[in-house]
This record gives sequence, C-alpha cells and structure tokens, in this order.
Amino acid sequence: MDGYPLFSLVPWTVFLPVIGLLLNLLVGKRLGEKGIGLIASLASGLAFVVSVLLAIALKGHPEAVTIPLAEWITVGEFNLSWAFRVDTLSVTMMLIVTGVGTLIHLYATGYMHNDVRHNGDPERYRRFFVFFNLFIVAMLILVSADNYLMLFVGWEGVGLCSYLLIGFWFEKGADGIGNARAAKKAFIVNRIGDFGLLIAIFLLFWNFGTLEFDGIFAKAAQAAPALLLAITLFMLLGVTGKSAQLPLYVWLPDAMAGPTPVSALIHAATMVTAGVYLVARSSPLYIQAPAAQMTVAWVGALTALLAATIAIGQYDIKKVLAYSTISQLGFMVAAVGMGAFVAGMFHLATHAFFKALLFLAAGSVILGMEHGEEHAAQGHSPGSHELDPQDMRNMGGLQGRMRTTFWVYLVGALALAGIAPLAGFFSKDEILAAAFQQTPAIFVLLIISAFFTAFYMGRQLFLVFFGKARSAAAEHARENPAIITVPLIILAVLSVLGGALNLPGVYTLEHWLEKSLAHVPKVEFTAWVALLSLAVALAGLFLAWLVYSQRRMPFKDTDPLARYLGGLFTAVYNKWWVDELYQAVIVRPYRRLAEFLAQPVDVGLIDGIANGLGSVSRSIAEQLRRFENGYVRSYALTILVGVAVIMAFLLFR
Amino acid sequence: MTLTDLMTILPLAVLVAWTTALLLVDLWIPKDRKGITALLAAFGLALTLGLSLARGQQPRQAFGGMVVVDGFAVFLDVIFLASGLASIALAHDYLKRMNIVRGEYYSLLLYAISGMMLMTYAYDLIIVFLALELLSIPLYILSGFVRLNLRSEEAALKYFLLGTFSSGLVLYGIALIFAATARTDLPGILAAVELAPANLTMFLVGGALLLVGFSFKGAIVPFHEWAPDVYQGAPSSVTAFMSVGAKAAGFAALMRVFVVAFPSLSTDLTPVLWGLAAVTMVFGNIVALAQTNLKRLLAYSSIAQSGYLMMAFVPYGQGIVLSDTIAAMLFFLVGYALTTLGAWAVVIAVEKAEGRGLELQDYAGLGRKYPLLGAAMTVFMLSFIGAPPTLGFWGKFYLFRTAVEGGFTSLALLGLVASIFSAYYYLRVVVMMFMRPGEPEARRDPWLVLTAGVSALAVVGFSLVPGSLLNLALQAVLKLL
Repeated sequence: MDGYPLFSLVPWTVFLPVIGLLLNLLVGKRLGEKGIGLIASLASGLAFVVSVLLAIALKGHPEAVTIPLAEWITVGEFNLSWAFRVDTLSVTMMLIVTGVGTLIHLYATGYMHNDVRHNGDPERYRRFFVFFNLFIVAMLILVSADNYLMLFVGWEGVGLCSYLLIGFWFEKGADGIGNARAAKKAFIVNRIGDFGLLIAIFLLFWNFGTLEFDGIFAKAAQAAPALLLAITLFMLLGVTGKSAQLPLYVWLPDAMAGPTPVSALIHAATMVTAGVYLVARSSPLYIQAPAAQMTVAWVGALTALLAATIAIGQYDIKKVLAYSTISQLGFMVAAVGMGAFVAGMFHLATHAFFKALLFLAAGSVILGMEHGEEHAAQGHSPGSHELDPQDMRNMGGLQGRMRTTFWVYLVGALALAGIAPLAGFFSKDEILAAAFQQTPAIFVLLIISAFFTAFYMGRQLFLVFFGKARSAAAEHARENPAIITVPLIILAVLSVLGGALNLPGVYTLEHWLEKSLAHVPKVEFTAWVALLSLAVALAGLFLAWLVYSQRRMPFKDTDPLARYLGGLFTAVYNKWWVDELYQAVIVRPYRRLAEFLAQPVDVGLIDGIANGLGSVSRSIAEQLRRFENGYVRSYALTILVGVAVIMAFLLFR
Repeated sequence: MTLTDLMTILPLAVLVAWTTALLLVDLWIPKDRKGITALLAAFGLALTLGLSLARGQQPRQAFGGMVVVDGFAVFLDVIFLASGLASIALAHDYLKRMNIVRGEYYSLLLYAISGMMLMTYAYDLIIVFLALELLSIPLYILSGFVRLNLRSEEAALKYFLLGTFSSGLVLYGIALIFAATARTDLPGILAAVELAPANLTMFLVGGALLLVGFSFKGAIVPFHEWAPDVYQGAPSSVTAFMSVGAKAAGFAALMRVFVVAFPSLSTDLTPVLWGLAAVTMVFGNIVALAQTNLKRLLAYSSIAQSGYLMMAFVPYGQGIVLSDTIAAMLFFLVGYALTTLGAWAVVIAVEKAEGRGLELQDYAGLGRKYPLLGAAMTVFMLSFIGAPPTLGFWGKFYLFRTAVEGGFTSLALLGLVASIFSAYYYLRVVVMMFMRPGEPEARRDPWLVLTAGVSALAVVGFSLVPGSLLNLALQAVLKLL
C-alpha cells in the first residue's frame, strides 16, 4: 500500500456512520428532526465520499489491498484481525451501499416526517435514523471484511437491523402484532440461513486453519472436492436466507411491513444482495465445485420464475415489488451460479438503482394516498371506511395528480421490464446471454420470468396510474415535496444511464471487476438474445395493456386476469400456498415439540434439577459462611491450619 | 546509588517524592478545599503514568540487581496507576458524603501505589518484603479511615493483625531460603540451587511460606478470611482500590519470584497450587451465593476471581506455556480491574451514610430509574460471569485455555462449572435492578458516572479487539527478565 495512503481511509467508511449514530443517540433529542436527518444523511454521504476516494485510488492500483485495523482473536497459532479489504469488488459494493443509501437517507428525512405523524409517535424519528445508520455500518462491515468471520459479523448485523426496522411499528399491523410477527418471521427464517453460513465457516476453519480470504483461496484448489461441495452448499443455504431464494424466500414479502425507505434500502437495494456478493466473493471456492455452481444457478432460476408468477396476483403495491425483488435476486443468483459473476454484479448494481427507485416512488404514492385519504375524510363523514393506501385496487388515475412520481415510476418500471436502452435491459441481457451459452434450460426459465416481469410491471402501471380513480383517496392524492421527489429523480437518471456501467463492447465493469474475481468467462453479446428479451418485454407490457387498460377496473372488482385464468389466478394470488405448506409441515409440528419440551420436560425435569442444585448449594453456602465468624483468632487459626496442611503435604507425601 | 539507578526507577522516585511533598502541601490546604489535594494527587499519578509509558519496555536492572524494570513491571504499573486515578475519582465525592474528608487520604493512596510499583520492580527478596510493607501499611490505615465507625476500625485492626501475621510468614520464608542458599537476589537463588542442591527441605518450606504470604494478599482460600470483613468495613473507595491493586501486586510478586527463582520447586508445588486454585474458585463462588450485602458479595466475588487467577499460576514451571500463561494473567487483570472499579463506582453511587444502601433490595428498580447506571452494572456483572461481549469473557477464555494447554483440563472444567454457579448471584443483581419494583436513590456525581461509564465502554470495547490487548500483554512478557 506504499504510495496509496488513500487506502488507509477505508475504516472511515465504517467509522463515519458509527459517529453519526452515536451523535444521534446522544444529542439527537435536542437537535430536532432537521438535525437528526442531517447528521444521519451526512454520515452516509461522507462514507460515500470515502468510497469514491477508494475507487479513485484503485484505478491507479487495482490489486487487492488489506488494511488491518486491530487484532481480534489471538489463540495460539490462530490470528484473526479486524481487517478491511479494498479491491474492486468490495469498493463496488461500498459505492452502491453508500451511494444509494445516502439518497434513501435523504428521502427518508422527508418520508419519516410524515410517517411518524401518520402513525402517531414523532419520538421515533430519531430511532429510525439510528437504526438506519447502524444498518449502513453493518453492511459496510459485511462488504469490506477481509475474512469470513468479520463478514459474518456484518451479516448478522444487517439481519439485526432488518429485524429492528421491519418491526419499527411493532405495535401496528394485523391484530396489533402483525408487524412484530413479520419481523420475527424474517429473523427466524434468516437464522436458518445463517446457520448454514456458520457451518460453512466452521468447515472452512477446520480445513484451512484460517478464515482470511487470501489464505483460503490460495489453498482452495488442493482441497478435497467433497469438502468444497459441502462448504459451498452450506454457504448457499446462507444465501437463500439473506437473499430470499427458494426455499427461504418467504420472509421478504412480509418484510414490507417496515417503512418504505427500509424496503428500498434493505429489502431491495443492499442487504438482500449480500448473498450474491457472498457467492461472488467466494468465487474461487465455487469454481472448484461445479455441482454447487449448478445448484446455485437452478435455485436462482426457479426462484426467479416462481416469484414472478406470484407477483402477478398481488394487489399490494409493495408486495408486487417484493416478489419482483425476489425474482430479480433469482436472476442474480442464477448468474453467479453459472460463473457469470460480472453479469450478476452488474444486475445487482442496476437493480439497486431501479428497485430503490420503484420502492421510493411507491412510498411517494402511498404518502399521496394517505394525504388524499385525510383530505377526503375532512370533506365527508369522518371515519367512513378504513382504506388501505397500499392496495392498488384503491388507486387509479394517479398520473394526473402525481406527475413526477408517475414519470419516475415509469422509468423504473421500464428499466425493470428490460426495455432498451434503460439500465435493466443491459444487465438482464448479459445474464440471459450467459445462460444461453451455458445452460439452455435455465435460459428458458429466465426468459419466461422476464416475460412475467414485464407483465406484472405493466399491470401495476395501469392499475396505479391510468384509468379513473377508484377511491376518494386516489381522487385527492397530491404530489410530495422536493425532499421526496429529488432523490427519485436522481435515481431515475441512474436507472436510465446505469447500463453504461458495462456497455457491450466497452465492458467497463468487467475490466474493473476481473481483478477481484477468480475467473471471468467472456460473455459475448448475442444480438438475437438481446432482441428476444426485448421482444418478450414488449409482449409482456402489451399483454398487460390488453388486459388492464381496455376495460376500466371498477372498485374492488375481481381482477380481469382472474376471468381468463380462473383457478390459476387464485393460486398465484395465494402465493401457491407456500406459507400454508410451511405452516403445516414445519411450524406446527415444531410448536408441538416445543410445547412438549416446555411443559413436562423443562418445568418438571430441568427446573427440578436446577432448583434442587440451587437449594443444595445455598445450604452449603449457609454452612460455609459460619467459618466467617468475625474473630481474628479463628482467622489466624485457619491460616495456620492452612500452612500446616500444605507443609504436611509437601514434606510427608 | 548512581544517577543511572535513579533514572531506571524514575517513575517510582517521582511518585514517592511527589507524594511526600503532597503530604506537606496538604497542611496548607483548607479543609473545605481538599479537592485541590485530590487534583494534585491525580496529577502526580498521571505524571508517573506518562513517565512509565515513556520509558519503554527495555528491561534494565538497577541498584546492583536489587530491582529490575521491564515490560511486565510497566504493564502492571499502568494497571496500578490507572486504578489509582479511578479510585481518586471514586473517593472525591464519597469522602464528602461520608464526612471523612482528610487530605492524607490521597497521600496514603499514593504511598500504597508506590509500594505496588516497587513490588513489580523487586528482584531481591528483601525488596519484595520492603514493597509488601510499603503497600500494606497505608492500606491498613485507609481501611480504618472512617474513624469512630466501629466496623471500619474493626476492619483496620483485623487487616493489620492478620497482615502482620502473614508478613511474618513471608519473612520466615525469606529467612529459610537465605539459610538454604545464602542468597536473597532472585537470580542468585536460582544459580545456588542449580549449583549445589543445598538443603532442599529448607528451601521448599521457605518457598511454601512465601506462597502462603502472597496468597494472603491475593485472598486465596484458606487465607482469605480477612477479605469479606475488611472489604465491608473499609470505605468503599478504599475497598475498590484494594481489591484491584493489592491483589494484582500479590500475584505480580508471586509470578516474578516463583518464575525467576523457584522453577525447581514447580513439581513439588504444582499439586498445592492446583488445590489452592480449585478450592478458591469453588469456595468463593459458593459462599457468594448466600450474600445479600453488595460489599460482601463483591468480596467473595473477588475471592473467586483470585481462584481463576491462581489457575494461570499452576503451570508456572512449564517453559513452553509460561509466556502464554503470564500474558493470560495480565490480560485477565486488565479486565478484572476495569470491571471491579466500574462495579464499585455503581455501589458507591447507591451507598448511603452509615452503611445503608448496600443490601440487594436497595438495587430494586435501579435499572428503570437510572438506565445508564443499570446498563453499566449489567455489563460489569456479565463481565464477572465471563459472558461475551465483555472483557471478562476473553479473560477467562485465555486463562482456561492456558490451563488446558498446561495439561490441567480438570481445573479448567472446574473453573467453568464455578463460573456457571457464579451466574446465579451476579445475575441476581441484574434481576433486582430491572425486574423488581423499587424507588432507589443514587448519587449521580459526575466523576462516579464517568468512572462507571468509561469502564463499561472499555469492558465492551476491548472485548471487540481482544487480540490487540493480548499482544500487548505478550510483548510485556517477552521482556520479562
């Protein structure tokens, strides 16, 4: 690192948000909302500046650099440090996390101002930004770690923040506990995945004797294939948890219970991509285990298709986006599974732009609806009906009243659908091209998913923005102030231009990332694949127009699609009953086991032993304390007896 | 005595001179302005701390091999001086509240610290004894500092009588060793034993008597009985300092003398050390279960912690694990010092005049009324148990590990079981603070809160970078003469 002092800045990416959250924790109460939002956004923004400086430094010195911060665990020969890794892969992630993160922080200063008032507890404004900065801290630890254990610390940290923020309004939701349940579900499902990652880390340590990336990757080629397969598959379990893949994806739709900036930052742009990052980071391991790679690719492709079908039948504006996120994560996981690491990372970046945009714009829609609802309630009889401001059936015709939101939403939706020349087109096309070259079956699955993607985004556009307003709230919705719309516009610009990161022929990102990845297969730009994907996207949008635009959907009517699909629509509306299946097969038997262990076993047996031990040792203690009688002479005698016993032992043994 | 000699022990010389001057200056400081004395004392400690750190870890002998200053000594001196600073912070408000403001408090404290520092320098049994007395006598006086309070005077007298008794044992041990080897300097003793196995029995008995004498200072069972009474009777700020400083000094002397001079005794002494460690861990933790007075509870807790420390001492004769085990001991002492001082800060905040506010019930509701104090106390209790994420966890981890490495797995297991038992009485404090209703009154003197807060932060903060701290300890041990 000689001559590159900029690299030693890397710990500040973590320190700055730590300072931000400490400031807010200690003095936030006195500062008021403006100060809290400013500190939090500034902390994230400055971390972004540091990331940019790191990227500049990397341009001159593209080799990976390790910046040690402090000794962590020292046990005999085993040494593990808090050390940061600066290479093109980690800095790419840092740029996305802090860049998109800062925009979402800015947006949240405006959004949460309304949200805390709508929910009736303005005190929680500060808590929100403390958690938000904490998330940035954990995410940066995750992506900048130089060893698997530090990565795991970040991995758990983001999980914790996700839990805290999903349950941010923990006393709200169905039955007054719905949000808390959603948070708990996310936490527990993720725990299953984390267990897999933990086993993988144990195996790594057991076999390589170290947890540092370089040390492990250097020896990866010599390791036993079966062992590598086990490690990579356990790691995959971690990926399916954090990145919401089959079979552990079920937590992400429920996670929409969190405030919308949370959905955008954590459950769309950054945290859920940690699994993709993990596979890319561990590329030297995966390349040695082709069977694991194949598994990863299939998990991704199947998830992409399954989630895309479910998204078609959802009415909640955020639920559609949630399933869409799962589906897009499936694309990325499939890509990294096929060894197309660059394509996966490329899609990760562009998806961060347009999905964050879509979520934030959806938040803007929800705010507009809430405003309209309050406005409508003033004119008419108060409390006439509780209206769900997230249900797309209550919307319609918003394009006239929320111009900016409409335009940015359109950009985001088209980018997601894969319309050229928006960002999503290029990145998705690269994944499709890779699939076409490697595994045609996966290519077919992904193309079908792409078609559904375009269809459900078209459906959403028509239901929300076109036609006539289907509720009083939608009639009175209004556009939000600049603090909300400006970040949207910036993200929209990024969603348009994001494809430039890795244009066919130039391949900036590929040349950037190939220094950090084990092996980057050349993905050829295939003209007819690109044309096919574009055609599929246009077809999906056209079909959506056919179904949803011709006839206006009256309020609370059945979905027109249900008329064509019948039972099939019921199935996707009910998410293929996967939640019910898990409930019956896993949750309920587990509960019964837990109840059995709790009642007769724990209360009867275990408590009996523990209480028995407790009372025995207490009575021993009561006996022993009698020696402590307060008389100096008896104390001196005890000392003397002690000396005598020791001497006797030493001399006459 | 040359200038080089003085320069070698400069921190100690400066501290002693400063303390003596302070004793005189204090005469002219009016009774209601004793804060100045405290400030001057703190400045003296800080100055000594700076000098200690500045002089580095290069080992140097002085006074014809009577003293040695090396990394081991400097590491411990930092603990003593920092604890001294903390106990001044603890005492300032406490003395006023208990109506015992007298300037000599600080001078006595500083003299005791001088004794502890000398103890770490000692390279000759005569110096060891001198240091022992220099650190003990001020502590006897400080224990009885609440004059006219019977408990405090009783504590002082008990401590003095039994302390003298144990000093006598040490002196007798030194005499026997001198008789066996005709030497009192540590390397000389080693050389004499290696040259001619003189009178081995006399040598062994002498060594064992030294062990007993230092075990008394460290409150090792069965030489511990003074500890609960003295800890309870002495002013809390003194107890806090004593339970860190006197214990660390006792173990430092034990380590230095036995490692340098008595490696030949290790085969004989190992079962004795094993027994002392085991009995102390078990006894301390079990009797603590029955305590309801916080000061006595912490006294037994401190006895139990001595047992863990003793564990590090068991394999002292094994050259391979020696540096690991000393480093583990130093590491544990850092965690122990931070945790103990912090916990006493909370106790002092809750304590009232005439020994009230010390029962467990007085802590009911503390966590709800004073969340920061409650959170800090929880950290300290977890650290005492040895639960992550605290320094106590790593301290025990490294201690148990060296015990296993030295072949004493059974002892490590015993320590583990004892730790589990200890969770009962430590967590009871936490339960009281957070789960029982009550209206406690705590004194939130800024210095107390600062001590508690900084200690809690350090206990958690260092637990995130235990490797760095252990490396410091290992480096200190490398420079051990």
